[in-house]
Amino acid sequence: MSSIALKLLKPLGLPEKFNLAQLIKSLVVPMSGMLVFLFIWNIGAQNIHTSLGEFPGPAQVYEESKNLIAEHNRERQKEVAFYERLDIRNAKKLAANPDAVIKTRPYTGKPTFIDQIGTSLVTVLAGFFAASLIAIPAGIVIGLNKTLYSAFNPVIQLFKPVSPLAWLPLVTMVVSAVYVSDDPMFAKSFVTSLITVSLCCLWPTLLNTAVGVSTISADLNNVSKVLRLAWLTHVMKIVIPSAIPMIFTGLRLSLGIAWMVLIAAEMLAQNPGLGKFVWDEFQNGSSSSLGRIMVAVLVIGLIGFVLDRVMLALQKKVSWDKSVELR
Amino acid sequence: MTTKTHLELTGVDIDFPTPSGPFKALKNVNLKIDQGEFVSLIGHSGCGKSTVLNIVAGLYQATKGGVLLDGREVNQPGPERAVVFQNHSLLPWLTAYQNVELAVKQVFKNSKSKAEMKEWIEHNMHLVHMDHAMHKRPDEISGGMKQRVGIARALAMEPTVMLMDEPFGALDALTRAHLQDSLMEIQADLNNTVIMITHDVDEAVLLSDRIVMMTNGPAATVGEILDIKLERPRHRLELADDPEYNRYRAAVLSFLYEKQRKPGEVPTEPVTAEEIPEQINHEPESTPLLADEQAA
Repeated sequence: MSSIALKLLKPLGLPEKFNLAQLIKSLVVPMSGMLVFLFIWNIGAQNIHTSLGEFPGPAQVYEESKNLIAEHNRERQKEVAFYERLDIRNAKKLAANPDAVIKTRPYTGKPTFIDQIGTSLVTVLAGFFAASLIAIPAGIVIGLNKTLYSAFNPVIQLFKPVSPLAWLPLVTMVVSAVYVSDDPMFAKSFVTSLITVSLCCLWPTLLNTAVGVSTISADLNNVSKVLRLAWLTHVMKIVIPSAIPMIFTGLRLSLGIAWMVLIAAEMLAQNPGLGKFVWDEFQNGSSSSLGRIMVAVLVIGLIGFVLDRVMLALQKKVSWDKSVELR
Repeated sequence: MTTKTHLELTGVDIDFPTPSGPFKALKNVNLKIDQGEFVSLIGHSGCGKSTVLNIVAGLYQATKGGVLLDGREVNQPGPERAVVFQNHSLLPWLTAYQNVELAVKQVFKNSKSKAEMKEWIEHNMHLVHMDHAMHKRPDEISGGMKQRVGIARALAMEPTVMLMDEPFGALDALTRAHLQDSLMEIQADLNNTVIMITHDVDEAVLLSDRIVMMTNGPAATVGEILDIKLERPRHRLELADDPEYNRYRAAVLSFLYEKQRKPGEVPTEPVTAEEIPEQINHEPESTPLLADEQAA
């Protein structure tokens, strides 16, 4: 756009940098990528025939997603109705006999797709926080001490590439044996998923923190020495701030891994969550199953993307090095 | 200047371990510095100037010999020997004010109240002419301003000795001149003891009471010491034509380029000051005050 046009646009409140090239780059190009994908998907789906019928195309998936939401709403209404009936029954009981012992039973309806999303999100965040709580302090200690680093590096390298599926049977057995209580605060399946997720997503944060801490500039360390900062002050004022960019790089990788691991773990262990939803639909084998699985696939992708964006926003907020372009 | 020795290096040797055995970087370095003296260390790169400074700072330990400061042995770093690092070494996540505050809080945590600390930080910022930008972060200010903050941080520790490791080495000539002038003013006010490493002959002659010239490494040591008896306050423009000043420059240059010519350099005829063009570095007639820094 010519400069005259820009001057004319300015009083209209349009951003000065507004121009066609930018608009195309930021909107049109990604949109057309999406359209190409939908097109290929549509064509491809029509040509794949499975024992459960045609592979779902975009239209069926859209229909199924509406169904899933409708199912969720129906289930919620059932639950509300159940509790209303319970309240009425209890009120009647009390009216007849004020000393009656009131029983409240929880609603035991089937968890809907939306419920499973909630379960998976809670599990992944809990597992990720547990892992971070271990990995960041451990990474700082290992990064500050060369001997510790050499001592633990082989162990870290050994466990880093282990798939969640290998951990899962062990974790399940250990949780069953160790986590015994009459009134458990968390379900066993939740604890199993959480530990599996933690074990798998620990490593990127641990390694990145250790590397971030061990690569602090010698000059900043010298500043700390000249000031005779105490160990804890040194860590809080120099080490952690200077390693923050690396720590967040690790955290982002970890959260991505945690989300992928969780779905696999839920599928294999039949722990509640999106993974179980996918597996149940697969076992169910109705004509709408593939469409419903495809909805789950897209939702899993979308949630993974949103989680990453949230971490990125957080990283941008705490990162002092504004010269680095984070993406 | 008092006659009692303030800072003394005696028979300092330092060996660095290398795969092929210890490397002797310094051998038998002896130096006495009085209270309030401004001493420059000059020598070719790699001659161990920084090593000397780091030993005084306590960041390195001498293999043999040692350093006495006011009669006490130096064996670890401490704020009474504040260091101004070549690349400023400000914490990039803190503002200029917070950088100085970190030092002030550490040094005066038991002796100054919060209000006194604030006043003291602002006072030191004022000394280096950084009042206007003290709440900016290092990446928002120019190189010269960063170095000013680095100096403020060192001054704020109220050091017995201030150690400066090529403080102006990374700056352009104009900014460097401004900072040299600032440093001379501060030095006239506070009468700190300063040891400064430099590559710049003009800077050394302009600022120093004594210039310590170091021989080339390995096993580098003090070659010659030149007393600069120019009147203070010194003005760079007046000194440019001062025969005394030029004699000092020539003496340093002849040490560096005749007696301690870097091994591997092509031998040349003996040089005089006038024949080394890159070292003739007369400052411009007038420079707008801090213009280049404020532009940042």
